[in-house]
Amino acid sequence: MNRMQGQDIDGSRLQEKDRLQGQEKDRDNPLTNGGQTRSATVVRLLGSTSVVLVALDVWLGLFVTPPDRFMGNLVRLMYVHPPVAWVAFLAFGLTAVTSLGYLWPRTRDHRLDMVAGASAEVGVVFTALTLVSGSIWGRPTWGTWWTWDPLLTTTALMFVLYIGYLALRRSTGTPESVAKRSAVAALIASVDLPVVHFSVLWWRSLHQPPSVLNPDLSPTIHGSMAWTLLLGFVAFTLVFVWLTYWRYHLAMMRSGIDKLKLEAAISERQREAQGTLEGIGAGVSN
Amino acid sequence: MLRSAMLVAAKDLKIEMRSRVLLVQVVPFAGVVFFLFAFALNQHQSLLNEASGGLFWLAVLFVAVLSVQRSVSVDSEDLAGESLLMTGIDPAGVFLGKVAALTIELLVLETVMLLAESLFYQAAIRSVASIALTALVATLGIACAGILYGALSAGSKVRETLLPMLMLPVVSPVLLGAASVWPGAGHLAGGSRWMLLLSGFAVLYLAVGSAGYGVLAEAR
Repeated sequence: MNRMQGQDIDGSRLQEKDRLQGQEKDRDNPLTNGGQTRSATVVRLLGSTSVVLVALDVWLGLFVTPPDRFMGNLVRLMYVHPPVAWVAFLAFGLTAVTSLGYLWPRTRDHRLDMVAGASAEVGVVFTALTLVSGSIWGRPTWGTWWTWDPLLTTTALMFVLYIGYLALRRSTGTPESVAKRSAVAALIASVDLPVVHFSVLWWRSLHQPPSVLNPDLSPTIHGSMAWTLLLGFVAFTLVFVWLTYWRYHLAMMRSGIDKLKLEAAISERQREAQGTLEGIGAGVSN
Repeated sequence: MLRSAMLVAAKDLKIEMRSRVLLVQVVPFAGVVFFLFAFALNQHQSLLNEASGGLFWLAVLFVAVLSVQRSVSVDSEDLAGESLLMTGIDPAGVFLGKVAALTIELLVLETVMLLAESLFYQAAIRSVASIALTALVATLGIACAGILYGALSAGSKVRETLLPMLMLPVVSPVLLGAASVWPGAGHLAGGSRWMLLLSGFAVLYLAVGSAGYGVLAEAR
């Protein structure tokens, strides 16, 4: 009787151990994503808030704010263009910081590399939006879609540099070697970030100096226009966080799938090898 | 580190002297590029003469991409690069050595290309000292960036397409600066500023390359 009770206790302990191990596996497995319902709610909330704020910014920019004394209605594009450009800088800045974190042996973690890649991808999209919105603004203002202005040229260079970075991320090699090479490339590319920002001040440029982040740190925009611009910065920053999170999540899932595929291939080979050995064994005994 | 650099530079130059790939393949390629530029500009003599500085440095960049690929492939064959690092040699020394070898090779190529350009475009070679100084600083910058990006793309199967994509946008300030201080370019007033840019570029990539080459070599 006691022996049977002992067996039951051992069995329930084993079941409990299995359950805990299963939970641990679920937590680590990006495919099942177990126990992350709270973070999913936060992300959903973040997504809906960012979409609402962008819509509000567009409405304020198009219908509430007054036209500019010099630029007229063209100023409405400014509620989108500077925030989009800011997000591009933020994205590449995050890529540089996480790449540095990955290269630093004490903080090396493959998740930092994933964040760097996700952020750079979103950054490239926002740089493209910056170039397109700037070009749309340039046509009526400067009379041309494109001019070899220092700010435009360095921004276009930044765009190409990060496309190269993304191409490097897709190159062949072990995940660790690709991550290391990409991290170095991201740090080199980040040298262009201050050059782009200060190009307006360093060289004679057609582009106006920054309205908010100027050297005197005194914004040259006021009233409802300033608030709409500020809202634009907040809204697009939230969009960036939301998109980067999903891109990172997708990258983690892909990495999980790759790991599962590798494990499946290894166990298949092991089964094949075992079958072959058993066949040989049967042949010998016959 | 300097001794390692000299040994690596001597090794790369010796390989080049024996194989003569740059002489047999890259020099004719540079000639073809000059011909194509002339065709593109409808053999307009005065236009070619005016743009000779920019065309020269653009041709140098094309030649540099081929030379970097050659320099990387020398190390990729039979795991030569990995074996070199396994000897315990300082990676910064390897980087500096490869940069030194590539700089020397490119300077030799540039001399030949300058003579070819003066012949085909009838561009007068003025201010030899100015050209030589510009060539030295600009070539050092191109070599540093080239070796660094060569190491970045080394392990990839698409190295041939990846390298120009990564390297050419980065070295575009060198093209801009070197073409601007070219005698007769009309920008000599700001020459010292351009030279500062070229020097800054070379120093920056020399520092970044010396610090980062070890990480890249490990990740190959």
